Amino acid sequence: MADIRIKNLHKRFADFVAVRDSSLLLEDGKFVVLLGPSGCGKTTTLRMIAGLEYPTSGTIALDQDDVTYRRPRERDIAMVFQLFALYPHMGVRDNLEFPLRNEGLPRAEIDKRIREVASILRIEHLLGSRVGGLAGGDRQRVALGRAIVRQPKAFLMDEPLGTLDAEFRELMCVELRKLHDRLKTTTVFVTHDQTEAMALADQIVVMNQGEILQADDPEGIYNFPSCRFVASFIGRPPMNFLDVGERVIPGMSTVALDGARVAVPEIHTLADQAVLGVRPEHVRFVDNANGALPGLIKYVEYFGSHWIAEVESAAGTLKAVVDKDLRPGIGDRIGLEFKTERIVLFDAKTQLLLPSATTCKHQPSMSHG
Amino acid sequence: MASISLRDITKTFGAVTAVRAMSLDIADGEFFVLLGPSGAGKTTTLRLIAGIERPDRGSVLMNGEDVVDLAPAFRDCAFVFQQYSLYPHLSVYDNIAFPLRAPFRNTPADEIKRRVHRVAEMLHIESKLSRKATALSGGEMQRVAIGRALVREPRVFLMDEPLSSLDARLREELRVELKRLQQRNGATVVYVTHDQVEATTLADRIGILEAGEIRQVGTPQQIYREPLSLEVAQRLGSPSINILPAEWFEGSVHPLAAHVAIRPEDVQLTQGNGAASFRVIECSLVKHLVVAERSGIEVRSRRMLEHAVVPGSQVRFDFPRQHCLYFDQSGRRLAAAHTTTSTASMEQTA
Repeated sequence: MADIRIKNLHKRFADFVAVRDSSLLLEDGKFVVLLGPSGCGKTTTLRMIAGLEYPTSGTIALDQDDVTYRRPRERDIAMVFQLFALYPHMGVRDNLEFPLRNEGLPRAEIDKRIREVASILRIEHLLGSRVGGLAGGDRQRVALGRAIVRQPKAFLMDEPLGTLDAEFRELMCVELRKLHDRLKTTTVFVTHDQTEAMALADQIVVMNQGEILQADDPEGIYNFPSCRFVASFIGRPPMNFLDVGERVIPGMSTVALDGARVAVPEIHTLADQAVLGVRPEHVRFVDNANGALPGLIKYVEYFGSHWIAEVESAAGTLKAVVDKDLRPGIGDRIGLEFKTERIVLFDAKTQLLLPSATTCKHQPSMSHG
Repeated sequence: MASISLRDITKTFGAVTAVRAMSLDIADGEFFVLLGPSGAGKTTTLRLIAGIERPDRGSVLMNGEDVVDLAPAFRDCAFVFQQYSLYPHLSVYDNIAFPLRAPFRNTPADEIKRRVHRVAEMLHIESKLSRKATALSGGEMQRVAIGRALVREPRVFLMDEPLSSLDARLREELRVELKRLQQRNGATVVYVTHDQVEATTLADRIGILEAGEIRQVGTPQQIYREPLSLEVAQRLGSPSINILPAEWFEGSVHPLAAHVAIRPEDVQLTQGNGAASFRVIECSLVKHLVVAERSGIEVRSRRMLEHAVVPGSQVRFDFPRQHCLYFDQSGRRLAAAHTTTSTASMEQTA
C-alpha cells in the first residue's frame, strides 16, 4: 500500500505540453480516477507514475520514496491495460499463475496467492476450467484476478473497460469497486467516461489541455464544479447554463434572468457578466404566472422513472427532469423554478466558479495545484 | 408507408426456435420497438419482416397483404444496421444516392439530387456530401447510413441497434433526431434494441421479447407502470425494480401475492431504528441512490437526497401502497384494488 505524491510535474513532447505543472496527492488506499477528454494529459500522467515516461521536470514519490526516474520494474506498481485480455488456450489457474511464474516465485507461494485471489473473487470452483467456456461475469473476475495476484503497491489502469460493450462495462465497474473495497489498494484509473468515473471513484481528478481543473470526491465535483468545463463534462444530461442579465456584486441573493428574479445562494464576488448553472434535476415546473421565468416545452423524452424535457426560455435553452406522474407536453408553456441552494454561478469571462455562500462552505477532499 | 402484421410466426434454426408462434400488429406510422436481451429473437423478427428469412409457419402481412412469397426487394423495407456498411470508395453523396440508382428504380438525375440534398439537410450532413465516406466520424457515418435508408422513402424502416456502436453523447443526439425525423415523415419503424432508454424514449409502443416470444406489448408508460409479469417489470427501470417478500407486508396485500414490487423512485427513506429498519450498504448523493439490506434482501431507493446516510447505519423505508405491484408465486401480476385498471384499459383502446 502506498500514497503517491506528484509535485510540479511537467511533460513536454517537442512543442506540445502534455502535462502542465501538476501537483497532486493520491492518498493510500483511495480509488482515484483521472478524467478528461482525449489529449488532456491523463494517460501521460499515468505513464509517468508507472515509469513508462519520464517527466520533463517535477517529481513522483511513492510513500516518500522518490521514484521519478526509476524503471517500471523497480516501482512495484501494476499497470493494467485491458481487463478482459486472457489467454484463451490456457486454463483459469494457468492464467492466474502466469504473472507469478514470470516473477520466479516459489511454488508454495504461488499456490498460496492463487488460493487467496480465488477466494476473494469467489472463483475457487473455476480454477480447473478452461477460459474459453466461461460466462462473461466469471471471465471478468478471472481477468481481475490476474491483475491482483501480484499484490502490487498500487494499480494503474488505462481505460481498462474501454473495449467492453455497455452491459459488461457496468458489470465490471461493480466488480472492480467491490474488489477495491476489499483490498484497499491505491488505484489510479484513467477514463474519458464520466459515468464510469462517478461509479468507481473515491476521488476524481478532472483534466483538460494538460492541466488539472479540479480534484475532489464525486459529490464535490458534481455540486461545486470549479469551472464551466467541469460542470458540463460531468452529469448526463449536462448542467444547464443561463445568461444572467446583470452585473453581480457581493451580497446579492437574487439575479435577473430575462426579467424574472431568481433566488441564488448569496454571492461573494463581483463579476461584470455571470452565467447561472443549474442541473436538470434541480429545475421545477410551476404555473406560468407570478414572476417565474417563462419557458416553452420543445421536446420530451420518457425514461420510466422520469421525463426529461427540453425547454426554451429567454435566458437560454435548458433541460429539466420531470416527475414520472406528470405529463409534460410539447408546446406547453410553463414557469421555471430552480432549487436555490443547488444553483452555482460562473464568471462569464474567466468561466470560473463564483464564490458564494454555499461554495465557501465546501471543503475539497483532495489537494492539487 | 405500411402497417405490418405477423400472424403466428415460427422460425427455427436446426434445434433452436428463434421465434415462437409470434403474433404482432404494427400500425402504419408507428414507431415500434422490440426490446429484449441478445438471443431473444429480435433480429430474426426483423429479418422475417424484411423477407431475408422465411418463416416455418405463419404469415407476414403488409397493409393487409400476405408478403411471405414476396422477395425482399419488393417488400420495400429499408434496413439500418449497427455496423454502418458504407461504400468506402464513394463520397457521402454517392453513398446516399446509391439505392436510388438501382436499375429497377429508374430515378431521374435531378430527382436523385433533390432527395439526397433533402435527406442530408435533415441529418445535418450537407457540408459533408463531397467527402469520402471514410473521412467521417462514427456518428457521421451512422447518419449517412440512416440517410441512405431515408432517401428511398420505403414503406417500412427496419433498424437493428443502429445507435449501439456510438458513444453516449452521440447516441443521445441521434436518438432525438431519429424520433423527430420519424414524427415528421410519419414513417413506420420497427426498431430492435437491448437498451431500455432507447425503448422508452423512442417507442410509440414497445414489444418485450424473451426467448422468441412476445411477453407484453404496450406504450412505454403501460410497460413501466403496469407490467404483466415480474420478468417484464425487471426489463425496464434503472436501477431495477425492488422485489420484496410479501411477508414483509403483514396481511395488507393480495392473498395470493408472493412478491411485492416497487420502483426505487417510489421508495421513501425515513430515519430511524427498529424492527423494520435496513442496514445501509451504499449511498450516493450524486445518483440520489441509497441501497440498504435486511435479511439478505437489497432495497434501492432513488429520490432527491439532501444528506448522505453512512454505510453501516440503519434507515427505514416507506413503501407507499399506491406504488406497489403484486405478483403471485409464478411471477404473474395480480390485480389489486387500488391499481388503476380502469385508466389502463382506457389507454389500451385509445
